[in-house]
Amino acid sequence: MDKLSHEEKRAFMTGNEAVAWAAVAAGAEIMNGYPITPQNEIMHYWTRLAPKFNKKFLQTEDELSAGFTTIGGVLGGKKAFSATAGPGTTLFQEPLSMAEMMRIPMVLVVQQRGGPSTATVIYSQQEVNLVTFGGNGEGWRIVYSTSSHQELYDYTIKAFDAAWKYRFPAIILGDGYQAKMRESLLMYNPEERGILLVQPEVFVGKPGLPGRDRPADHLRNAFSVEEELFEAAMNIQQEYDKMAAEIVEADEQQIDDAKVVIIAHGVVSRAAVAAMNRLRAKGHKVGYFRPITLRPFPEKQLQAVAEKCSNFLLVESALGQLARLFKEALFNVPIKSFQTIYKPGVGITAEEIVEHIESHG
Amino acid sequence: MVERLAMPKSWRLDSKPHKFCPGCGHGMVLKVLGEVIDELAIQEKLIFGVDIGCSLLAWDFFDVDTVQTHHGRTNPVMVGIKRARPELLCIAYMGDGGAYAIGSQHLVNVAFRNEKIMAIVVNNCNYGMTGGQMSPTTLPGQKTETSPYGRDAKETGSPTLGPEMVAAIASPGAYVARGSVTNLKQLKKFMKKAVENQLAGNGFSFLEVISCCPTNWRTNAKQTWAFMEEEMGRYFKTGELLTAEKDEGHS
Repeated sequence: MDKLSHEEKRAFMTGNEAVAWAAVAAGAEIMNGYPITPQNEIMHYWTRLAPKFNKKFLQTEDELSAGFTTIGGVLGGKKAFSATAGPGTTLFQEPLSMAEMMRIPMVLVVQQRGGPSTATVIYSQQEVNLVTFGGNGEGWRIVYSTSSHQELYDYTIKAFDAAWKYRFPAIILGDGYQAKMRESLLMYNPEERGILLVQPEVFVGKPGLPGRDRPADHLRNAFSVEEELFEAAMNIQQEYDKMAAEIVEADEQQIDDAKVVIIAHGVVSRAAVAAMNRLRAKGHKVGYFRPITLRPFPEKQLQAVAEKCSNFLLVESALGQLARLFKEALFNVPIKSFQTIYKPGVGITAEEIVEHIESHG
Repeated sequence: MVERLAMPKSWRLDSKPHKFCPGCGHGMVLKVLGEVIDELAIQEKLIFGVDIGCSLLAWDFFDVDTVQTHHGRTNPVMVGIKRARPELLCIAYMGDGGAYAIGSQHLVNVAFRNEKIMAIVVNNCNYGMTGGQMSPTTLPGQKTETSPYGRDAKETGSPTLGPEMVAAIASPGAYVARGSVTNLKQLKKFMKKAVENQLAGNGFSFLEVISCCPTNWRTNAKQTWAFMEEEMGRYFKTGELLTAEKDEGHS
């Protein structure tokens, strides 16, 4: 048995458990990981599910090894993933950069905790810089920022598919609140919903004698001269750009008549929507925009919003990490006003957003 | 077109002549490995992983599926492949810096877990690719670019004894040996036994090879040979430290 037996099942569980089930549903075969809070329960649930679904798990000596053994699993032709947080996300930059250069579809779940350094094990949105542009490279990753358990489930499945279809590493960006709280979601077997899962392919160890029946696979990430790298980098960028148009995602509501648009991502976007609804009920014309893919960033969607309303309130549990992506997307686009609520490592409530808009306009 | 002459069949012809410096030991190690690949007929199921440093120059050396990884990370990549596809044979190829410095935590844990892969460490007492800095195996008193007055063991520790360390922590079934490019017959015997140990699925196979770096040592052929045999030989003893048979007596 290697598939979910149920067609659909309503469940009430933690986000970490939802991720483990989603990875099974996505056809992942291997998880390699290193303990770090708040992602641990992904490993706990995976190791409990593993014998039932014929899955593999390795607890490694550190996140570097978790990343590189995961890469090894992918090279062997298996859907493989890991999960981490905080300082672990820092260490994961090394395997991620190799995956970017060698087009290795590794999947990583990041449940953000406080930063920098050890900080807290609880919650933040401070790993946006790392997951989007960490590493010595150009940010050739796919990053889905989820806001609910249903999305953790949906986008984990989606991340495996996008990674294997386009051959870029894919990250599901959650946080400690999503990881640890329980809420309801609908679990399903994607194939029974008609979602055709992208099948993994073998990178090394294909049938046939190399040099006689087929060329040997020589996979590398090092180049001898500048021009070789230039050519490789430009090719990858071109394919990344092509992919971007196909996978970029954003959510927006009530933009058309909005006088203020709240910008948020991840779990904070739930506070943004709640604040928008409360303010609308009081007669304030408030809209909301949320990038779901942080890489590639939904620039055109945001620019279209800015054409209708460019009074922005950007809200995040970090000191301007989402704001950096936002400003880049709107470079040279005239905007009327830009206000922020930055609360590094701390949750943001609808009440705070409502109060801010009522007092600042 | 390069003629095959005495080259192993598993060598890839169109990447020869190879890219190592004149007098480098890598060519000899890779020739021995090539002969073992041929004799054991493992070319089809072998995955060769090469580290960063001079080892990376072997990225297209064989007609064998090869993955060039990051500095120190070849062991975990090979572990990942082996665990995903146990029917494959995985050899991680690295230098003393990759094995004993930046990748030492991986080596230690691969040995503790008795991973069914093989690691070859080419020990030339320095970081060759980056220009001859002190490495974990630089000998006491040896001059390098970062120990210009000679390595001071009080300040920087003593040379890492890799096979001794691995043998001390390895589990039954592991194979641990140290060979030298100054004794290719013995090296080939160890290489073959190490590969066979993985073929049998016994456990981790570890082989250090005493090698040379005349470019950074600034030695001529005679001095190079003498350094390996006398200086390195005094510190790094060749031989088998652990074999599956020897281990049978343990309980």
